Amino acid sequence: MPVANVALNQALLLAAVLFTLGLLGLLVRRNVIMMLVSLEIMLNAAGLAFVVAGSRWQQADGQIMFILILSLAAAEVAVGLALALQFYHRFHTLDADAASELRG
Amino acid sequence: MNATFYVASIVAVLTTMLVITRTHVVHALLYLVVSLLALALVFYTLGAPFAAALEVIVYAGAIVVLFVFVVMMLNLGSQSAHRERRWMTPATWLGPGLFSAVLLGELIYSLYVGLPGREGVNVVPSRLVGMTLFGPYVLAVELASMLLLAGLVGAYHLGRREHLQH
Amino acid sequence: MFHLIWLVPLLPLIGFAVLTFTQGRLIRPAVAWVGAGSVGLSAAVALWIGANFILHPPAGHAYTLTVWHWISVAGFRPTVGFYLDNLAVIMMLVVTFVGFLIHLYSTEYMAEDSGYSRFFAYMNLFVASMLTLVLADNLLLLYLGWEGVGLCSYLLVGFWYRDPANGEAARKAFVVTRVGDVALTIGLLLLYTHLGTLHIQPLMHRAAEQWPVGSSLATAAAFLVLGGAVGKSAQLPLQTWLPDAMAGPTPVSALIHAATMVTAGVYLIARTHVLFALAPDAQLAVAAVGAATLLLAGFSALTQRDIKRVLAYSTISQIGYMFLALGVGAWAAAIFHLMIHAFFKALLFLASGVVIHALDDEHDIFKMGGLRRELPSAFWPFLLGGMALSAVPFISAGFYSKDLIILDAWSSSAGSPWLWAAAWIGALMTSLYTFRLIFIAFFGEAKTRVRKRPGVRMMVPLVTLSVLSVIGGCLELPAYMGNAPLFTNFLHTVLPSVHALAASRTETVLELLSGVASLGGIYLAYLLFLRYPEWLRGFARQPWGAALHRFWAGDWAMDWLYDRVLVRPYHWFARVNRSDAIDSVYRGLAVVSEAIHGGLSDTQTGVMRWYALTMVVGSVIVLSISVFL
Repeated sequence: MPVANVALNQALLLAAVLFTLGLLGLLVRRNVIMMLVSLEIMLNAAGLAFVVAGSRWQQADGQIMFILILSLAAAEVAVGLALALQFYHRFHTLDADAASELRG
Repeated sequence: MNATFYVASIVAVLTTMLVITRTHVVHALLYLVVSLLALALVFYTLGAPFAAALEVIVYAGAIVVLFVFVVMMLNLGSQSAHRERRWMTPATWLGPGLFSAVLLGELIYSLYVGLPGREGVNVVPSRLVGMTLFGPYVLAVELASMLLLAGLVGAYHLGRREHLQH
Repeated sequence: MFHLIWLVPLLPLIGFAVLTFTQGRLIRPAVAWVGAGSVGLSAAVALWIGANFILHPPAGHAYTLTVWHWISVAGFRPTVGFYLDNLAVIMMLVVTFVGFLIHLYSTEYMAEDSGYSRFFAYMNLFVASMLTLVLADNLLLLYLGWEGVGLCSYLLVGFWYRDPANGEAARKAFVVTRVGDVALTIGLLLLYTHLGTLHIQPLMHRAAEQWPVGSSLATAAAFLVLGGAVGKSAQLPLQTWLPDAMAGPTPVSALIHAATMVTAGVYLIARTHVLFALAPDAQLAVAAVGAATLLLAGFSALTQRDIKRVLAYSTISQIGYMFLALGVGAWAAAIFHLMIHAFFKALLFLASGVVIHALDDEHDIFKMGGLRRELPSAFWPFLLGGMALSAVPFISAGFYSKDLIILDAWSSSAGSPWLWAAAWIGALMTSLYTFRLIFIAFFGEAKTRVRKRPGVRMMVPLVTLSVLSVIGGCLELPAYMGNAPLFTNFLHTVLPSVHALAASRTETVLELLSGVASLGGIYLAYLLFLRYPEWLRGFARQPWGAALHRFWAGDWAMDWLYDRVLVRPYHWFARVNRSDAIDSVYRGLAVVSEAIHGGLSDTQTGVMRWYALTMVVGSVIVLSISVFL
C-alpha cells in the first residue's frame, strides 16, 4: 500500500496544531455544546499522535490505542450530551458561565 | 502521497479553525465533519487504513451525529447564533490565544529540538491490528465494552426528564 | 533526734494542705485547731530539737540533713536539705514560737471574718516557707522559701480582696520586692557560675579560697545579695511597700511585716557574711543603707496618723539598725536585735490590734485617746513594747540589743563616728515617735468608745511577749553589768565576733549617751505632745512647717518620685503600645494569610473556562520547566 514519505516531526506537528486549536476553542467558547466539540477535537489530535507513533515503530499498538480513545470519546460524548441536556433544563440557557455556584 | 498528506492536513487545520470560530452551532458541526474526513485521509497516508475507516465510521458517523441530534433537540437556531456572536468578542480571544500560542510554541520546540532523528513512516496492516487487538489486548477490549455500557446507562439516566419536579 | 528537723517546716505545710483541700468546709474550731495547732506542734518539735542542740551539740556545731536531690542537670545538683547550726536554731525558734503566738491570737482576732479558713491556710503556708528559708542548706532552697514568703505576703496583704485598694497595696508589695528578688537571682547565678555550687557552706569556703578581699566578683555578688535583702527587708530605696502593706489584717502585719519576713534579708546577709567580709565596699554599703534608712523612717514615723503606719515605719527603722550592725561587722548583735525586735514589735502590733478591734476598726490615733483607763489590757503591753522599742535603760530588752549596735557602730573597726551619730539620732527619734503614739492614743480624753474587750486567746500572747520584751535582754549582759554575753558566745560558732577598738571608758560614755537619747526622747515627747501641744500646732500652721510635715509623711517623697519616674512612664508606654507593636507582627501574619486566602478564593470563580485556563497555564509552566531546564 502506498505511504507518504513524511517525517515524523511533521505529522506530530499536525497533531500539536490540532490539539492547540481544540484547546483554544475550549477556552473561548461559552456554549456547552461547543465546549464538548472542542474536547472531541483535542481527543482526536491525541489519537493522531498515537497512530503516528505506532507507525514509526511499525507496531499495531498505536492504532489499538486509537481504537480505545475512540470508544472513550464515544462514551464521553454520550454522557456529556446527556449532562448538557440536564444543564439546559436547569439553567434554561447553554451558557457555561451560568453554572458558577461552586464559587470560593 | 506526500502532496495528499500536506493538502489533507492543511484542510484539517483550516476547517478546525472554522469550527471553533463559527457562531451558528450547526455550521460548526458541519465543518467538524469535513475536518474529520480530512484527518481520515491523513491516517490513510500514514499507513493506517483501519484507523482511517474507524475515524469516518465512528467519529464522523456517530459522534457528530449525536451532536447534531442534541442541537436539534435544543432547537439552537439563529437566536443562539446572535448570542454566540455577543459572547465571542475579540477581547475573549486575547488571553486564551496567548497561552495557547505559548503552548504551541513549546510543543514545536520540543518536537524539533528534542527529537534526534527524522524517522520515516511505515505501514501497519489491519490484519496485524486485529491480531494484536484480540491477542494481547483482549482485556482492553472487554474494558472498553464495559466503558461503553457505563456510558449508555449514564446517558439514559441523565437524559431523562423528571416530569414531577419542575 | 536532729533527723526530725524536716518535721518543722512540714507540719505547717500539712496544715496549709488540709485547709486548702477542705476549702472552708470545716467548722471554725476545727480550722483553729488545724491552723494554730500545726504551727504549735512545729514549735514544740523545734523547741525539742533546739534544746537538744544546745545541750548536746553535734560534731562541728552543725547538722545537715539531705532529704532528696531536687535537680540533677549537667553537674547542677541542688538538694532539698536542711542545715542546722546555732544561727538556724535561733531563727527557727523565733519563727515558730512567735508564729504560734500570733496564730493563737488570730483565732480570736479573725473569728468573725468570712475568710477564716483561707487566712489560716495562707498563714500556715507562710510559716512553712519561712522555715524553709531559715533551715535551707543551699541558696536555691532558700530562694524557694524567699519566693514563698513573698507570695504569702501578697496573698495576706490583699486578704480583704473586695476592696481594690488592698489589691493595689498587695501588688505594690509584691512588685517592689520583686525588684530585689531579681537582683538576688542574678547574684545566685553569678555565684554558681564562678564557684560551681549553691550549697552555702561549700560556697562560702570556695569564695574565701578563690576570691581575694576586695575582688570585683565578690563585690558584685555581695551587692546583688544586698539588693535582694534590701527589697525583702524594706530598706532604702525599696522601702515604699511596707507602710502600704498595713492594709492587711493586724496579725499579718505582726507576723510578716515585723517579726519574720522582713528579717529574711538580715538573715541572708548573716548567712553569707563570708561574702561580705570579702567585699568591704559592699559591707560599707550595708551600713550606709542601714543608717540612712533608720533616719529616714524615723522622721516619717513622726508624722503618721494611722497607728499601724507608725509601727510600719518603726519596723523599717529598726531593720535599718540591724543592717547597720551587719555593716560594721557586729553580726551577732544584729541577730540579737532581730530576735528582741521580733518580740517587741509583734507585741506592739498585737496590742494595736486589740485597740483596733476594740474601737471597731479605728486606725487614726487622733480619734483615740484615754485608752489608758478604758483599755488597760492593751495599754500595759503597748507600754512595755514601747519601752523596749525606745530602749529604756535596764528595764527593757531593747536597751541591751539596740545599745550593743550603737556601741559597735562607734567602736568596730568598720564603724565610724558618722554611723554612731546616725544611730544616736535614730534612737532619739525612736523614743520620740513611740511615745508620741502612746501619749496621743492612750492619754488625754477618750474620743471613741470601747466596744469589745479581748479574750483569753488574745491576752496570752500579749502577756508572753510582754514578759519576753522585758527579760529578753538577760541573754546578752554587757561588760559593766556582769559580762555575760551568752548570745554572742552561742553564735560564735557561726558568726565571727566584732573587732572592737574602744577602751572601756569610752564604752561607759557611749552607754550614758544612749541612755540620754532614750530618756530624752521620752521627755521631749511628753513636752511636745502631752504638756504643750500648742507649740507644734503653731509650727504646723507655718507654710514651711506644713510642707515639712507633708514631706516626711509622704515617706520623704519617695512614693511621689517612684510614681513620676517609674509608674507614669510605664502607664504612658502601655497606653501608647495599646495595639501591641510586637503583637502586630503576629496579627500581621494573620492579616497576610487572610489576604492570601482572599486572593486564592477569588481564583475559585466557579466558571469552567477559567479552570481550563488555569490548567493550561499550569501545563505551560511545567512544560517550560521540563523542556528548558
